[in-house]
Parts: sequence; structure tokens; C-alpha cells
Amino acid sequence: MDTDARKLLLEKMLYARRFEERCFEAYMEREIGGFLHLYVGQEACVFGVMAAARAGEDAVITGYRDHVHGLAVGMDSKLMMAELFGKESGCCHGRGGSMHLFDLQKQFYGGYAIVGAPFALAIGLAKAIQLQKRDQIAICILGDAACNQGTFHESLNMAALWQLPVLFVCENNLYGIGTRIDRSTAVTELIERAKGCGVTGAQADGQDIEAVFEASKVAVEHVRSGQGPYFLELKTYRFRGHSMSDSNVYRDKSEEEQWAGRDPIQILKNRMLESQEITEEEYKSLDKEILDTIENEVVAFARQAPSPDVEDLEKYVLCDTDGDSEQGVNTNG
Amino acid sequence: MAEMMYWQAVQRAHDEELERDANVIILGEDVGLVGGTYKATSGLLDKYGAERVIDTPISENSFTGLGIGAAFMGVRPIIEIMSVNFAWLAMDQIMNNAAKVHYMSGGQLRVPAVFRIPGGTAHQLGAQHSARMEKVFMGVAGLRVVTPSTPKQAYGLLKSAVRSDDPVVIHEHENMYQFKGEVPDEEYLHPLEGSEVVREGTDVTLFGYNLSVHWCLQAADILSEEQRIEAQVVDLYSLSPLDREGIHKAVANTHNAVIVEEAEPVCGVGAEVMAIINEEAFFELDSAPIRVSAANVPMPFARNLELAALPDAKKIVAAVMAQRAAR
Ligand SMILES: Cc1ncc(C[n+]2csc(CCOP(=O)(O)OP(=O)(O)O)c2C)c(N)n1
Ligand SMILES: [Mg+2]
Repeated sequence: MDTDARKLLLEKMLYARRFEERCFEAYMEREIGGFLHLYVGQEACVFGVMAAARAGEDAVITGYRDHVHGLAVGMDSKLMMAELFGKESGCCHGRGGSMHLFDLQKQFYGGYAIVGAPFALAIGLAKAIQLQKRDQIAICILGDAACNQGTFHESLNMAALWQLPVLFVCENNLYGIGTRIDRSTAVTELIERAKGCGVTGAQADGQDIEAVFEASKVAVEHVRSGQGPYFLELKTYRFRGHSMSDSNVYRDKSEEEQWAGRDPIQILKNRMLESQEITEEEYKSLDKEILDTIENEVVAFARQAPSPDVEDLEKYVLCDTDGDSEQGVNTNG
Repeated sequence: MAEMMYWQAVQRAHDEELERDANVIILGEDVGLVGGTYKATSGLLDKYGAERVIDTPISENSFTGLGIGAAFMGVRPIIEIMSVNFAWLAMDQIMNNAAKVHYMSGGQLRVPAVFRIPGGTAHQLGAQHSARMEKVFMGVAGLRVVTPSTPKQAYGLLKSAVRSDDPVVIHEHENMYQFKGEVPDEEYLHPLEGSEVVREGTDVTLFGYNLSVHWCLQAADILSEEQRIEAQVVDLYSLSPLDREGIHKAVANTHNAVIVEEAEPVCGVGAEVMAIINEEAFFELDSAPIRVSAANVPMPFARNLELAALPDAKKIVAAVMAQRAAR
């Protein structure tokens, strides 16, 4: 990977980190309500995958830990923050919230809160791509614990059976809320379960973005060239609780410390410091720039944005309630 | 107008919509090679190929989700769930995704999917193969629910459902596929909303849907012949949204209402129609509305118990007489 590419990824990961940390603060200040699942620690996964895929063109679908996935496909972070604040200017006009971000323009088919459900939706996206001969692939990003849902086995079976163009990315952070993978799962190498369904794949170090990128290139190429589905398992760790209400009591401090030493941003930054592709000063000024942008543009935008009009409560229930909305461009009439 | 059987009307609608729009696909268990449990997809695999007429594995939740995900991209899937009892396994995808994604995405994504679901009590199929679930679907915002009572409706409602940008659940009845009726020779789209007066009368309104419309018509004949009571029969082919105006008009016409449903009474169609009558037409009433429902039991196997559990024309007549006596 060349210096420009590395710099870009470093910047993106740092932006995502600061964005999530700012969400945490906004939540504590009660500007964001509801459930909030942060992605801190896992940044290399989605940015590595999307660097190998076509961000904004390939169809992406994921779970509730979805902010950074939205950023990685190129969503506008102002509209995203406004959505988290429950505002009309939000990407879903305040009808979705943190767990349900959507952006059709960026081919981002959403965040879903029912664990495992997106597996099935993803093979549907892939089916549509196949049927309509679209020049894209479907990418489904879910956690390790989601693989214990029936939809995992059902959907991977169908994906393999019909050779659907779908890349399953498993962000294996070892936990489903407080349950460690070996307490919930008999076959803990999830790649083995995918193979059992007839889906080929690989594992990669989810903390090293260049490793993720290299593995993703192979994965994306496999799917895009019509060789059927692929399962990419990324070993990663979330540095914070499952959601804001989680005290993390179920994890060993030593385990946490060990993973803290494998911060994806630090790994890339140190590599670039060593090779003198970046200086500490440059990094600091980049960080400051990002912090300023998030505060002065993103949060400021979300804060001043209007709330949805209560008159519009029943808008978007059925399509004829949409009014003059120019949305819904996905259907072909 | 040609007379055809209900299954033939469904098959014809399938065929025409597949022909018309390359984005229409059918998926479900045994819909392809076998041609559908009730023949409603017969001949279509040969004509349109396995990419569009898809035999799925027995994975209700995921093949339903597949249809919904494909619909996000403008595919118009017709998802056949072999029996309504199996739809419980697909409930997550229908209720949490099909019904809600348009709303959650602030209008960005649409779900032009059709769920065709045969159900009802056929003949001694037992508790796990005899059920009606329309009350479950109509209780959730974001879905349209229709239930055709004639071959003409089966044909026209399916065609309209395919073209709707909203998710539409179509409840069919396992005992009605052999029913015969007139279907227009030319293409016909039935409105997805509304209700239909299928028999004129001024003394009492019998509200039915799907098979219970036919029980209502039988009951109306008996009432006319034996009691000189002229019953109006209203076909509530759209259960969501229910036709509030049509219900009001009917009650204003006869001032007496009986609702007939082939399901347990609790939280059902009857309860909902009564609530609407209460809200819209309370002061039109000469008598308290009555429900004629299935018994509040899982469907039994023994034929005499099964018959006892179901409404029929006789029970409707008895309900009308009881309603008049109580006036
Ligand atoms: C069907 C369902 N069951 C339970 C939950 C509650 N729940 C939310 S997240 C979660 C754990 C999922 O873990 P994983 O798939 O590994 O993703 P991660 O949170 O680690 O990113 C659970 C049990 C849910 N949202 N949906
Ligand atoms: Mg996990």
C-alpha cells in the first residue's frame, strides 16, 4: 500500500474514532437517546473491506453497530449525526435512529436491530444484482454471535446453492453482549461453519487494516468475478461496552489490556512513523482538524437541525403517505 | 368473461405479471418443478426459467428475507408460503423488515413484495395445518392485507399487489382453489383498498371476507327464504386498511351488523370491525353487533369437533335471529 493510501485510511479510521467518541459524549449529555453501539477498536475491519470494494457502489447491509459502516460507504456524517439526534434533517428524517441508518444514494441498505436478519436480506440484494445484471456485489457485515441464528445457515446455504454475489464479512469481536464465543458456540472458528454450508472464505487479523485490505481484495475479487459467495472472518475486539448501558464486567482485564495494545489506529500510525511516512506533528494536526470538523460542522449541524414535524407522524407508513417525497427511487414503477 | 377455477385465476395472474415485468419473480417451496401445492404456479418454471421461478429450501425466514432484500432493489417477488402455519417462521422478516423498512429509512427504501399465503381449515389437517393469521398481519402498520373471495378477486388483487410499492399479504384459502367464477377476459386490476356489497339487503349487514363471504351468502338465502329477512352481504376483501367508509355506509343502511370470521374471536377481524362501527356508526345501530367466529381452540382433528369449531351458514342465521330477539 502506498503512502497516500495509508494516509487516507489512517485519516478515515481516526475520523471514525473521534466521531464515535463524540457520540458517547452527546449521549451522556442526552443529546442522543435510545441504544448506542460504538465501533471503537474495530475500525480496521470496515475500512479495510471498503478500501478493497467500491464504496458507495457496492450494496452494503449490516447490524445495529452501523455508524462507521455508514461512514465507510461515504455517508455524510452531518446527516448521520442529525439522525442520531432524532432530527428531520437526519438521513432517515429521524425515523431510524442509531441502529437504523440508511442511504440509498450510497447503496447502504441499512442497519438492522434483529440479530441475524440481514443475512437473509443480503442474499436478496445479491439475487437482485444477479437478476438485473447490476455491476456491483452485496456485502453483509455482521458479528460473531449473529452466526448462531438460523438465518446464517439458511442464507449461506442458499447463497452457495445459487452462487449469489455476496461477501459475508464476520466481525468476530469474541462477544455477543456478555457471552464469550466459546460459551455460545461449539465450533468457534466461524470460517469452518461457513465452509460447512459450501461457502469458501478466509480469516484475517481485523486489527491490522493492511491485512484486512489484502484479504478483502481476494474476497471481493472472488465474488465480483462470479465465483459465488465468500466468507471473510475478521478477528477483532470492541474496546468499549456492547452498548452504553454495558459495564463490561464479563471481560478479563488482562484480555482487555492485551487487545488495547492492538489498537488498529496505533498499529497503522506506528508503522507509518517507523517508515517516516508521517510525523507525530502531522498526526496531531490531523487529529485536531478532525476534532474541529466534528464539533463545528457535524455536531453544530445536528444541534441546530429541526425536529420532525409531529404532523408528519404517519408519513412513510405506506408509500402513498410519502407526499411529494422524491425518495423511493429504488423501484422501477 | 370466462369461468375459471380460483387456482387458475391465480396462475393466470402469475403468468401475466411474469410476462409483463422482468423484475417479477416467484419463490417458495415446490413452486417450480411441482407447480405449487395448489397448482397456482403450474407451467411457469418451463416458461420463465429457474432464475425467476425458484424452488427454495425449507427456510421460510430466509427465503422470505431474500425476497424482501431483492425488493429493495426493485425486484417484485411473489413469495408463496406453503401454508399459513409456516408463516410464523418468516414472521421476523415480514414484521420487522417488510413492514418497517420504508418507515425506518425515512421513505428511501420500498418493499414491493407480495406474500401469498394459503390458510384456513381444509379438512381434518389438525391444529398445525389449520389456521388463519390475518389478524396478526392486519395488526401491524406498514403492510397491506387482502383476502380474495372469488377467482376474479384472486386474479385482480394479485396483479395489483405485484404492482404495489407496498408489501402486500394475500390470504388465500386451501378449500377455495376449486371454486369457480367469472374472470374478465381482458386484463383486470382489482383495487387493493375498499369493500364490496355482494348482496343487497336492508334488514341486517353480514360482513365476511374470503371463505366467510360464501357462508354469509348462504345464510342470506336461508334468511330470505325462511324468515323474510333481507340481509346485505359486504365482502371485506381488504383487511388492512379496512374500509371505514364502506362499513359506515352498510351499517347506516341496515342498522344491524353481524361479522363472520374463520378464526378465534380474540383480537380478530370481528373485534376490529366492531370497533370501527363503534367509532363511525354507533348512533346508526338498532342492535348490538355480533361476531360469529371460530371457537377459541386450536383446530381439533375429529371431524365433528372441527365442524363444531367453525362458523357456518346455520350459525350465522342463528346469530341474526338472536340479535333480532334481543332488540
Ligand atoms: C434476535 C435478537 N436477539 C437478541 C438481540 C439482543 N442482542 C443485541 S446485540 C446482541 C449480540 C450480538 O453480538 P454479535 O453478533 O457478535 O455483534 P456485536 O454486538 O459483537 O457487534 C444481542 C444478543 C437482538 N437484538 N436480536
Ligand atoms: Mg460480537
